[in-house]
Amino acid sequence: MAVLVDANTRLMVQGIGTEGANHMRRSIAYGTNVVAAIHPRRGGEQQDGIPIFTTVDEAVRTTGANVTIIFVPAPFAADAILEAAAAGLPLIVCITEGIPVLDMVKVKAALQGSKSVLIGPNCPGVITPGTKTRIGIMPGDIFLPGRVGVVSRSGTLVYEVVAQLTAEGIGQSTCIGVGGDPIIGTRQVEAIRMLNEDPDTDAIVMVGEIGGSAEQEAAAYIKEHVKKPVVAFIAGATAPAGRRMGHAGAIISGEDGKAENKKAALRAAGAIVSDSPAEIGSTMKKALQDRGLLK
Amino acid sequence: MKLHEYQARDLLAQNGVAVTGGRVASTPAEAKAIAAELGGKVVVKAQIHAGGRGKGRLVAESETAGMFHKLTTDPANNSGQVKGDRIGGVRLADTPEEAEQAAAAILGKHLVSIQTGSEGKLVKNVLVAEQTDIAKEYYLAAIIDGMQSSALIMASAEGGQEIEVVAHTNPDAIVRVPVNPSAGFQPYVGRLLAARLGFTGDQADQFAKITHGLYNTLVATDASLVEINPLALTTDGRVVAVDAKLTIDDNALFRHKDLEALRDKDEEDPLEIKAQELGVANFIKLDGNIGCVVNGAGLAMATMDTIKLAGGEPANFLDIGTVNDPQRVVSALQVILEDPSVKAILVNIFGGMARVDIIAQGVIDAHRQLKIDVPVVMRLIGTNLAEGEKLVEESGLPLIRASGLFEAAKKAVEAAGSAA
Repeated sequence: MAVLVDANTRLMVQGIGTEGANHMRRSIAYGTNVVAAIHPRRGGEQQDGIPIFTTVDEAVRTTGANVTIIFVPAPFAADAILEAAAAGLPLIVCITEGIPVLDMVKVKAALQGSKSVLIGPNCPGVITPGTKTRIGIMPGDIFLPGRVGVVSRSGTLVYEVVAQLTAEGIGQSTCIGVGGDPIIGTRQVEAIRMLNEDPDTDAIVMVGEIGGSAEQEAAAYIKEHVKKPVVAFIAGATAPAGRRMGHAGAIISGEDGKAENKKAALRAAGAIVSDSPAEIGSTMKKALQDRGLLK
Repeated sequence: MKLHEYQARDLLAQNGVAVTGGRVASTPAEAKAIAAELGGKVVVKAQIHAGGRGKGRLVAESETAGMFHKLTTDPANNSGQVKGDRIGGVRLADTPEEAEQAAAAILGKHLVSIQTGSEGKLVKNVLVAEQTDIAKEYYLAAIIDGMQSSALIMASAEGGQEIEVVAHTNPDAIVRVPVNPSAGFQPYVGRLLAARLGFTGDQADQFAKITHGLYNTLVATDASLVEINPLALTTDGRVVAVDAKLTIDDNALFRHKDLEALRDKDEEDPLEIKAQELGVANFIKLDGNIGCVVNGAGLAMATMDTIKLAGGEPANFLDIGTVNDPQRVVSALQVILEDPSVKAILVNIFGGMARVDIIAQGVIDAHRQLKIDVPVVMRLIGTNLAEGEKLVEESGLPLIRASGLFEAAKKAVEAAGSAA
């Protein structure tokens, strides 16, 4: 079954510039069912055999698209997300990087009570290798179908973790890049909840980063609800403090923003924390063997 | 993007916040004229981005490192207050002539404070502002709270000091009120905060108006932080902003061309400026000797972590992002090579949106265009790996290859060790 995306996914692509078109082709080649593309001035044309529509609304009504991926440039991305939500798409994956944070404040408020789930922005997307469903920009050939779920704030660390898992012969159920921005549609805790409730996921890798307190929020959920093995890594233990935010930001997360405190919270919640990003795969292998989930 | 105090004050005033009278001056004569306009009694404040100005000391450029060392190591200075007879970056003057003298003493000097780093900061401008007789100091700030996805206003009756200290010693003294983004600022936010801070009557009204102006400033400038510290209650009953700090969301600068003009490049690290000019946006200079070229902020941090675990020290954080032009790789390597402490370079690329072959081409081009006399360790994996491998193979360059993350870090540490 996996989570968020599977064989029933009918993908639409918003923003078919160079990168959007390139990754649409890669998703098609991977085996994903792409049904529509959106371009405000190219309606009626085709892109790589996929029909182009002027509006999301028209694309949904014509093709039954149920997932959208957004590559629209940052100044117009909030509009693109809200257009997708207005058309009732259940899942919106926004790849775009550099959206102003005040735009995301408005988007989050507008999505309150909507039935759309937003993944991202500034994320690599979501992939379910078992059904060849790639909604993102990840290199498809590193993934292996299997039963470990991956959640990460960073895109390239999803790839790093997956390459290590695949090298150990450990496949993945669904990998979710939740995004690196301060305000994202779906936080780690929500992604972990989905994977925890998925019967086809045996274990979870969670990759966090310094800053904010989303890892502590996830740790609290893990402590309370997760019986599956969780292997965690926090990037940035050696990063200099205070480069992004001034004093006021440091108060909000307080001490929570530091890698050491995130690791401590996760360890206290029963997660296995790897201090080295190079040992996430081997750590998961041992965790699965200890539980008799892997020979 | 950080702004200077005088710029932040101007933006706050434009959005309805009461600030003390005053203007910026770049010469002693200007400072004297402004002081005369303000009636003579003024405060002259060095304009640099770092805090701790009043407790820091103004010195000649040659003295900065020693002063910073003294500031950070002498237990007597542990509050950030340098002892001694040199003047700090904030000075009181009682006549226009004194203001002129103070400005002359401050302008053109390097100000070293607990926050400037060992080089200190060159003072190019001073703010000349009216002196205020302060009865009580408060703290007031507006930020974007990522966890709540809303603006948040924070206030404390314990102003005038570092707010982190208050957060640590007396967290209950900081009052936090979120602003619902759909409803926008409602008057209750100001009333609530005024009451919690102990303001009554006319002063509560003044405070509430400032709070509204603060929120309007945040929204109007796409700021990620607007801070007034201290906000003063004067002995004659006025509530007024005395010092201000404002940081603008870099991602929103495309719609604020006027604010972009306020950028002071002299306040930023010269290597980071060079990186920006070359289109390498996510570069942060660090103190180690292993230069890093990585794609993605998370992998870049993880690469730094791994170098440290392998016994080395990274010279920089660099997220090269999604590269579709080999020349950007050349630029990244050029920036790294500007740093004389770099003894080895680690290129760690996991292609997703970025293509490995373009990175490989960039490293090859860099060897042709630049003089690269330090060992380069290269780990390539992901999108278009085969094409990238082929390019590297055919180039015949002496690149040290690695496949795993730790292996790459270890080889870079070894290469830096033997090169040093």
